[in-house]
Amino acid sequence: MSELLRVQNLKKHFPIYKGAIFPKQTGAVQAVDGISITVNQGETLGLVGESGCGKSTAGRTILKLLEPTDGKIFYKGQDITDVKGEELRKLRKEMQLIFQDPYASLNPRKTIEQTVTEPMKIFGMSKEKRQQKLDKLLEVVGLDSYHKSRYPHEFSGGQRQRIGIARALALDPELIICDEPVSALDVSIQAQVINLMEDLQKEFNLTYIFIAHDLSVVHHISDRVAVMYLGEIVEIGDVEELYGNPKHPYTKALLSSIPEARPLEKRERITLEGDLPSPSNPPQGCKFHTRCPWAEDICKQKKPVLKQVPGAEHQVACHLVKEVVEDTEATLV
Amino acid sequence: MADHLPILEVEDLHTHFFTKSGVVKAVDGVSFSVKPGETLGIVGESGSGKSITAMSIMKLVPSPPGRIVSGDIRFKGESLLPKKEKEMRKIRGKDISMIFQDPMTSLNPVFSVEKQMLETIMTHENMNKQQARIRAIELLDLVGIPDAAKRLKNYPHEFSGGMRQRVMIAMALACNPKVLIADEPTTALDVTIQAQILDLLKKLQQELGMAIIMITHDLGVVAEVCDRVMVMYAGKPVEFSSVKELFDKPKHPYTWGLLSSIPQIHNRKERLEAIKGLPPDLRDLPKGCSFAPRCSHVKDECLIKDPALSEDETDHFVRCLLYEQEEKVTVHE
Ligand SMILES: Nc1ncnc2c1ncn2[C@@H]1O[C@H](COP(=O)(O)OP(=O)(O)OP(=O)(O)O)[C@@H](O)[C@H]1O
Ligand SMILES: Nc1ncnc2c1ncn2[C@@H]1O[C@H](COP(=O)(O)OP(=O)(O)OP(=O)(O)O)[C@@H](O)[C@H]1O
Ligand code: SF4
Ligand code: SF4
Ligand SMILES: [Mg+2]
Ligand SMILES: [Mg+2]
Repeated sequence: MSELLRVQNLKKHFPIYKGAIFPKQTGAVQAVDGISITVNQGETLGLVGESGCGKSTAGRTILKLLEPTDGKIFYKGQDITDVKGEELRKLRKEMQLIFQDPYASLNPRKTIEQTVTEPMKIFGMSKEKRQQKLDKLLEVVGLDSYHKSRYPHEFSGGQRQRIGIARALALDPELIICDEPVSALDVSIQAQVINLMEDLQKEFNLTYIFIAHDLSVVHHISDRVAVMYLGEIVEIGDVEELYGNPKHPYTKALLSSIPEARPLEKRERITLEGDLPSPSNPPQGCKFHTRCPWAEDICKQKKPVLKQVPGAEHQVACHLVKEVVEDTEATLV
Repeated sequence: MADHLPILEVEDLHTHFFTKSGVVKAVDGVSFSVKPGETLGIVGESGSGKSITAMSIMKLVPSPPGRIVSGDIRFKGESLLPKKEKEMRKIRGKDISMIFQDPMTSLNPVFSVEKQMLETIMTHENMNKQQARIRAIELLDLVGIPDAAKRLKNYPHEFSGGMRQRVMIAMALACNPKVLIADEPTTALDVTIQAQILDLLKKLQQELGMAIIMITHDLGVVAEVCDRVMVMYAGKPVEFSSVKELFDKPKHPYTWGLLSSIPQIHNRKERLEAIKGLPPDLRDLPKGCSFAPRCSHVKDECLIKDPALSEDETDHFVRCLLYEQEEKVTVHE
């Protein structure tokens, strides 16, 4: 498998200003704080983590919808951190985003037909081809073609989400960052959309970064999974390895909280104590130490880095995981 | 609290949209009631009328083109239908409040969260600005927003998807409503925060005797918090029972399809199962059972006769011809 995307020490900080007349920067929300990942062509990398930990910001920064504060982004080996203008526009065709908030990302004054076909038009597809493609796309996301001439407000939440998916697929992209793409769908339509995404991936060797809170869905679709906490990746690895053998205390808590569709069966949940720290003032040392049930003194002082778990495609950043290969700096597979 | 009278009753509700291309029968004969302290779940196909049912109760269906064409909605025995907008404004947020599916439809992007929260609180509660601000901070704390006092000043776009959803939850809970309608309240939340929010709702419910209507696609959430569940398809309830019955002995072929579409971590499949076919066109429903074109148990009779909701000894209702005769069906695995 060849590398499609490589992100090195990527940071996105949102400045905080104070004062209405002469605003002065007093701090920054460190939404993404130094993440490094490699994504290979044709694979799906799942991205999970607490609400507010920086997943959407990471996705938007990788696609250059936000300016990175620091770090580098390589796409097909080329450094795209600073590309602009025409080059960026071409890149946009290959890299698409399915937005988390479908309502906010759809133009309320455009019909579905306009929304989905306009990008095709910009890239010079003939009218006939556009219509064919539109019909096909609507069919695969489970929307009858009579919906074509309707406006976003006339749709249900899940229908809007499917329009966002159709739009992202319109230009045959190579990389799609899917930000909660199926959260508003009932499980049957969700299954249909996921099957479709997998078919497309096989057929066109598509690459996905799949952000979702539904850990069963992430388990189903991903080859590898990265777990984020407060702007950093704390664990990353092969999907079966990570779900079967989670090492990081945060990952363990996360996996123990999955609600299951079985009533009256109470399971042991690791509940996280303490308040979520603020990303504008993150804890020193291990950022998780304020809530970690196993935190020790060293955790407050020294920041753990990602280290290799021997014999597996698995890396974790935690002082207490002893079986890691010491002193291997974070070289990510 | 089973001996209480229902606090909210919906009786044979029909809400239609009169569009240029025909009448969309979004809600077409929905009846249910909830008692104080009870949680009713509503699940069903995307586009089946769950949100429009909720909007009808709030009397927020956009009109034109939408209209409640028949049926009744009663709060504490009193019909809401004749109420004027001015009276409804007093009821909304105070007696009945709603967490909307799409946070950006109800959060105003041009005002800070503080301004919007204080306005809600001060409309219904006898509080000055200072008191309302303290209440707002307390609420944001309850839903797990870190650094609540500072974050209050932010605008909606400065929050993550899940944080916006939690702001909405905080606003809906601000005035201790008697009935809370939660439309997909946890779709943007990770499982640990979801668990925290569900616990919070349960706690408030116990303290205040609040009734909850929980609309969700997440059958795990249903299993965890609901007492009874209504399954909707094409504007109608097709099954209605206690949570335990629904998971133990689901009766409707649509419910069977739904339950088998859930991805399972312990049993990963190559392909997810989806119900075949497209959701129906609500302007032009098939004659007979609406689910017939997609049902694997369809009989000739289903294409002619529209089944009624029938009840068995265990308060388990189902709308399907398989149960109208004495015929035995093999129970779904
Ligand atoms: N303004 C409108 N004009 C015409 N049709 C509408 C309008 N608003 C909603 N509808 C239709 O009414 C039906 C019911 O919508 P509703 O939002 O209640 O679905 P839902 O069950 O909440 O679905 P989801 O799970 O996707 O949120 C949908 O098929 C939708 O397309
Ligand atoms: N434009 C912005 N200005 C200031 N802060 C922002 C902005 N966008 C995001 N943030 C902050 O950055 C942090 C990360 O947000 P992000 O949307 O990336 O989270 P997320 O992991 O996608 O969360 P969720 O799962 O809730 O969608 C949050 O604290 C958020 O409030
Ligand atoms: S480094 Fe320490 S605080 Fe951080 S996760 Fe590991 S044990 Fe917990
Ligand atoms: S009535 Fe017939 S078509 Fe409808 S759900 Fe029952 S078996 Fe299927
Ligand atoms: Mg997000
Ligand atoms: Mg809805």
